Amino acid sequence: MLDRDEDILKAAEDWQKAGRGVALATVVETWGSAPRPAGSSLVINDEGTFLGSVSGGCVEGAVVTEAMDVIQSGKPKMLEFGVADETAWNVGLSCGGTIRVFVEKVG
Amino acid sequence: MKLDILHELNAERAARRPVILVTDTESGEQRLVKAKDFAKDPLRAELEKQLRMGKSASVEAGGKKLFLNVYAPTAKLVIIGAVHISQALAPLARSLGYDVTVVDPRTAFASPERFPDIPLIAEWPDTALPPLNVDAYTAFVAVTHDPKIDDPALLHAFERNCFYIGALGSRKTHAKRADRLRAQGARESDIARIHAPIGLAIGAVSPSEIAVAIMAEITAVLRLPPKEKEEAA
Repeated sequence: MLDRDEDILKAAEDWQKAGRGVALATVVETWGSAPRPAGSSLVINDEGTFLGSVSGGCVEGAVVTEAMDVIQSGKPKMLEFGVADETAWNVGLSCGGTIRVFVEKVG
Repeated sequence: MKLDILHELNAERAARRPVILVTDTESGEQRLVKAKDFAKDPLRAELEKQLRMGKSASVEAGGKKLFLNVYAPTAKLVIIGAVHISQALAPLARSLGYDVTVVDPRTAFASPERFPDIPLIAEWPDTALPPLNVDAYTAFVAVTHDPKIDDPALLHAFERNCFYIGALGSRKTHAKRADRLRAQGARESDIARIHAPIGLAIGAVSPSEIAVAIMAEITAVLRLPPKEKEEAA
């Protein structure tokens, strides 16, 4: 079954209530051809389990890693991903677009 | 995101009410704005615009960078008629993320064997439809070919302002249907909203192909800006 937005947000609430550390990553801006529109989100818990997507699978790994930091620190972060290997991040989007992803702690 | 905001967001979504989450992406501060409160919000113009387009976006207001995340209710699809086309249409619509319900008073058609895992109501539309909360986020498709079932269902869809209304039948069949609906007091503007013949013109023949044509048309109505929508239809 495909994860829909409400399943993602429901999981965020359920995981938090179950005592897990939880972060929510949301695409807030896109330029060029981006795989997922603004508003697409990924929820991550402190076990590394995640639901949803912010790209076609290109940058989820890096977002999950950053989310672990955000769960620890409680401070939100803005991540930017561009074309593969040409930005500060060692992952990127093969489609040539750029996306900004806001990562925040839940709870 | 604070837990009380997340909880309220989930509750609003469960009740199928549109909301926008406003996030200051520098400070991380957030607030949830319900559609009924848009009018008195300082960002009302932006909020209304984004909800109308069904699109989330970053905006600048009062020197702040804000992200407006639009949460419109999940689209529903109500199918009147548990016919062969519906057997293809229901699972296809579900794979596209729609909440699907099939209504048909004829129990021989509306059987769980024919529609495994799809909510099925074997009642007449006047009994089946009111509890379904048909709304502006609902696509409504009438495919029984039986005026006794399709016509009252279509009148309900007009009343609830469904974003898409389609009915099976040739132009000739549809002209007769329009006459019957008119006789029952339907407005011309409502009758004009019915997509008939149903589905995009892709030369569909089999029930599965007709299902693709219908879902393509519903997607176009849901997603395209008004001008391109006219060109696609």
